[in-house]
Amino acid sequence: MSGGGLTPPVGPDDHASGSAGAPVTLVEYGDFECPYCGQAYPIVKALQERLGSRLRFVFRNFPLKESHPHAQHAAEAAEAAGASGKFWEMHDTLYEHQRALTDPRLLQYAEAIGLDPGALARDLESGTFAEPVRQDFRSGIRSGVNGTPTFFINGERFDGPWNDPEAFLAALTQASA
Amino acid sequence: MAATLLQPGTPAPDFTLHATPDQTISLSELRGRPVILAFYPADWSPVCGDQMALYNEILSEFHGYGAELLGISVDGVWCHAAFARDRKIHFPLLADFEPKGGVARQYGAYRAHEGTTERALFVIDAEGVIRWSYCSPVGVNPGADGILRALDELAGRTAGTGS
Repeated sequence: MSGGGLTPPVGPDDHASGSAGAPVTLVEYGDFECPYCGQAYPIVKALQERLGSRLRFVFRNFPLKESHPHAQHAAEAAEAAGASGKFWEMHDTLYEHQRALTDPRLLQYAEAIGLDPGALARDLESGTFAEPVRQDFRSGIRSGVNGTPTFFINGERFDGPWNDPEAFLAALTQASA
Repeated sequence: MAATLLQPGTPAPDFTLHATPDQTISLSELRGRPVILAFYPADWSPVCGDQMALYNEILSEFHGYGAELLGISVDGVWCHAAFARDRKIHFPLLADFEPKGGVARQYGAYRAHEGTTERALFVIDAEGVIRWSYCSPVGVNPGADGILRALDELAGRTAGTGS
């Protein structure tokens, strides 16, 4: 069930691509190792391209650790990259290699986008970025996330077929009207 | 058609069901802490959107309220055992198997036509009284936000600020 919509609303701590002034904000709760999220990745990319400045896209972590053993560290790696201003580079890399998310691979990806792999290794070891991931996860539960990916359009859960790009686009276009 | 679930304020009917082939759980054993009953139609629904897999991930949040979570379906103990092992489920899955759906019927959560339980949620307080119930359309995973709001209320916290 979904009673309160997106909780908390999108704020300055979120990873956002696009302008805060955009008429539509799309939030995804996702898991880098979830194959359905992998399917959604190019669909969202195409929507961003299509809608341009009318769309702001926000990603929040919702790693299903029991199902996906590498999802938690992948999420922490994305947060670590975000702390260096490279969240989206890591986000894209992870989805483009979502069957290869072991720790050594995460370090390679960090190096490839210009981050210090040694620092990431230490951060993963000590769980430096576990808490922001946990906060995202909790906010997802509160918001009525019931699996991955779950999308919110302007704060309301989108229960339509995200894997139908035309229907997804229609919902976003309607929200921007 | 949605069954008429037992409503808030109703004492939760006690039951004893098998959690494993040689172990049973009685609701009355859990008196003194909140209990979440999650009736679900069947083991082995699709992975990522699966309700029990989701609750498995959220278990620590439920435990933060001192609450126990029990999953219940009409599947037998061996089916539950295989499902729990495959999905690494860390909470009891109870077999409402003989008489089939007997407990679900007592809670108004049985779909006689399909021969399965509803996708129904109950939050029971420490005294054994139902404080919240919700029946989801059978194809829709209800998530956990409703359960957490009910637990917030039991704990006397403002909804949305659970620690």
